[in-house]
Amino acid sequence: MKSEAVSYVTNLKCRECGQEYPISPLHVCEMCFGPLEVGYDYPRIKAAISRATIEKRAHNLWRYRELLPVTGESDIGPHSGFTPLVRCDRLAAELGVKKLYLKDDTVNHPTLSYKDRVVSVAITKAREFGFKTVSCASTGNLATSVAAHAARAGLNCVIFMPEGVEAGKIVGSTVYGAQVITIRGNYDDVNRLCSEIADKYGWAFVNINLRPYYTEGAKTYGFEVAEQLGWKLPENIVLPTAGGTILPKVAKAFKELKEVGLIRDGECKVHSAQAAGSAPVIHALHKGTDLITPVKPDTIAKSIAIGNPADGFYVLKAVRESGGWGEGATDPEIIDAIKLLARTEGIFAEPAGGTTLAVTMKLIAQKRIRPDESIVVSITGNGYKTLEAVAATIAQPHVIEARLKDFDALFERLNGTSRPLAGAA
Amino acid sequence: MPVKVRVPTPLRRFTGGNDEVSANGDSIKAVIADLEKNHPGIGERLLDEKGDLRRFVNVYLNGDDIRFLSQLDSKVKDGDDISIVPAIAGGR
Repeated sequence: MKSEAVSYVTNLKCRECGQEYPISPLHVCEMCFGPLEVGYDYPRIKAAISRATIEKRAHNLWRYRELLPVTGESDIGPHSGFTPLVRCDRLAAELGVKKLYLKDDTVNHPTLSYKDRVVSVAITKAREFGFKTVSCASTGNLATSVAAHAARAGLNCVIFMPEGVEAGKIVGSTVYGAQVITIRGNYDDVNRLCSEIADKYGWAFVNINLRPYYTEGAKTYGFEVAEQLGWKLPENIVLPTAGGTILPKVAKAFKELKEVGLIRDGECKVHSAQAAGSAPVIHALHKGTDLITPVKPDTIAKSIAIGNPADGFYVLKAVRESGGWGEGATDPEIIDAIKLLARTEGIFAEPAGGTTLAVTMKLIAQKRIRPDESIVVSITGNGYKTLEAVAATIAQPHVIEARLKDFDALFERLNGTSRPLAGAA
Repeated sequence: MPVKVRVPTPLRRFTGGNDEVSANGDSIKAVIADLEKNHPGIGERLLDEKGDLRRFVNVYLNGDDIRFLSQLDSKVKDGDDISIVPAIAGGR
């Protein structure tokens, strides 16, 4: 903790039955098993912050520290958050819309995904609570982020993965000094075991017993969008849905900005995007029910392949309250969207980003999003980590000898085709 | 037909602090009824007023989520392992 060792947090409160608990590493209501959420003293926050104070602060997620469940300013994740909001006119023209933005967490520091936000908050809290070992179940972005932040915080780190994940995924954690344990089972099996281990060994599992704090970090994605639009809400935001963390928290962020007087008015439709092969929330949304039936995920969008989303119910609630909608995107649609984004805007997203863009296109086609409305598409992870998702479908290179006449011949051969080397006329 | 039931922290005050108890029954529903008989109060933590599994409770039978089996009617046999686990949020 550096300056301003102040906290505006009041307690933990059950989202289902309202039971209150003191701030502690507790994530489940003892009465009804409902998820616990952090409560804040909003009138005090309102008195303490202004646009001007925030704008003077460093460009990281802690610029919104009063609205995060930490005491003072953390030194974890000093460069996490405050990623670019990119205005995308070339992509907008392709989509036939006017005001299109990408919130680009492909360049979040230090591990190139939105997870650096939630993990910064979780690791800060782990240290505040005095945990020595931090952990998570993950095969990708979350594992990498936890391992990196734990290294910098000097905490012991253990990562659980399902057996059979690619070698690269293991390197992504072990390089930071984390120990990796692979489990004979699928991702949901790993999660279940981790929940039991958290219970028995008293380790800080960032997305289990630190979940109320971890999820609060996702609000910073929403705070930044509003600040970067000049303290305004977009008319639409499209967010990916996996476990159900980010979407309800961005909706909450928009409400809090009004509550503490940082923005005055404006409404944003919040839309959910899932891969069609792992879309239990979209199924429930389309059926008009609150009941989410789990599925066995089957999609290239591994980072959002969660078949049994614990917070799916809150995604439905936030989408419906905001007047938003949601769709699923098939694997080919996801791949096409990744490539469209890369070739129009020079941004390479992981399949989760292809999913949000593909779903945005569907919502525009369905007129759920009008062409003159502002749209923010959420890009939560970097395509360089998931090359295998697109590798099989990209154009192969032309191979020639190191001789100018061979190049001349190639140039001539491609002239008149759909992709001449000198570019289309 | 005794089965083993793993009990998560929030429910251990009903089981005298034990993290594992044994119970009887030929279905998940019957096992929960038996748990309630021996550890009064545990049943309403698992089931809502309509007798359905609460939204944030996951029950695993030999490692399989009972929502993929026959829900509360899933058949239980001697020596099976049942695990009660709160739902987990968060990404991959």
